[in-house]
Amino acid sequence: MTETAAHTTGSFTPPTRFAVPGRIEVDGAAAGTWQTATLTEIRRETHRASTFRFAVPGWAGHLPGQHLMLRLTAEDGYVAQRHYSLASAPDDSGHIELTLDHVEDGEVSGWFHTVARPGDRIEVRGPLSGFFAWPGDRPALLLGAGSGVVPLMSMVRHHRALGLTVPLRLLVSARTPGELIYARELGTETTPVFTRGAPAGTPVGRMTTAHLAPLLAEAPAGGWEAYVCGSNSFAEHASRLLVAAGQPVDRIRIERFG
Amino acid sequence: MNTTRGFTGRPRAARPGLPPGQYDAGDDWPVLSAEVTPDVSPADWTFRVSGLVAEPRTWDWAGAHRLPASAYSGDIHCVTGWSKFGVRFGGVSLDTFLEAARPLPSATHAVAYSHTGYTANLPLADLTGGRAWIVREYDGQPLAPEHGGPARLVVPHLYFWKSVKWIAGLELLDHDEPGFWEQNGYHARGNPWEEQRYSGD
Repeated sequence: MTETAAHTTGSFTPPTRFAVPGRIEVDGAAAGTWQTATLTEIRRETHRASTFRFAVPGWAGHLPGQHLMLRLTAEDGYVAQRHYSLASAPDDSGHIELTLDHVEDGEVSGWFHTVARPGDRIEVRGPLSGFFAWPGDRPALLLGAGSGVVPLMSMVRHHRALGLTVPLRLLVSARTPGELIYARELGTETTPVFTRGAPAGTPVGRMTTAHLAPLLAEAPAGGWEAYVCGSNSFAEHASRLLVAAGQPVDRIRIERFG
Repeated sequence: MNTTRGFTGRPRAARPGLPPGQYDAGDDWPVLSAEVTPDVSPADWTFRVSGLVAEPRTWDWAGAHRLPASAYSGDIHCVTGWSKFGVRFGGVSLDTFLEAARPLPSATHAVAYSHTGYTANLPLADLTGGRAWIVREYDGQPLAPEHGGPARLVVPHLYFWKSVKWIAGLELLDHDEPGFWEQNGYHARGNPWEEQRYSGD
């Protein structure tokens, strides 16, 4: 019975240590409280995606990579809730930004893209989950596709706003240059990959090992912390590329949009 | 109630099996996991029940196959908001494994862990009485790796992050010990009918 006795006290550790430990503690009070968010601005990013800026006076602050939960309530009490990544970098403006795709038949994104206007009030709770957060401490290799670039852009903006010197690279996949969200804001840290169309002279095709190899070759001391965000098919593809290129699995964080 | 101007939402087709705050994912089965999908073949797979049990036991793929088959047909609910109706999982009831290992009277909780080290904590009462399975089939086909294949835990009456993919074992404890998401702000139990999403709910 020594085996069982050993487990009556202390904490249990599985035989395999979980590959990717959480990054930060989450403030349970902030995560649990619904707050009013007032829409102050709508900016079009692409023909399918727009950024929505909200005033949230009681916002507890967030780290790049975190998300929130949002709810809309109909007259009859029907509620629709969704999780969305925060697009804005943490700041003390009392405002946050979300960038939403207009999903076909999406009851929530449809409201945002066709009904919402400045002054509208919705409810949010968060920030949530510390797993995908990037406090700006470790060298960051960011891989995103489509609206998966949103939490990664929060990291890029945070990096710039604080003038951080820790290395950061963004590899972002979009169907065409016109569908690349934040195109005007992306800088030398970014390599875009176009999967369906691009001007003559620009290669078109899926993200490959060839895109990753130079980034992994220039890995900083201590290596990259990799953050992958996008659809499940992109996340599967990109994470396999990372593993094949030698990135350790315990340094790959994945946020899948489902 | 803080109504949202101009929001009507999708038609309210009566969906009695839908817990509060959830929507029907229809034919979709979104994949949500925070890690690289591991390459676990049936030959590599084992399932262990240990901790506060009379007889710690480990099954390999063939050994688990020799146990009586049991299926779950019903609904599943993910904390991110989707629910999926009428899914069919095939495998073995967790009761069968637990009866072989014989939990001690002091066992009250369990940590379920995967071959990747992902963990989720559950009260033992949520794992017994025909309410939990180790499954290897979905809709009559082998369970896909991204959905936890070759075998995963399924505890359908709780949010699905409790249903550990690539299940490797259950450690029985005399106390509750937060797993991966539970340490990252999620609720200790995760009952969708009480909308226990985050700690404090």
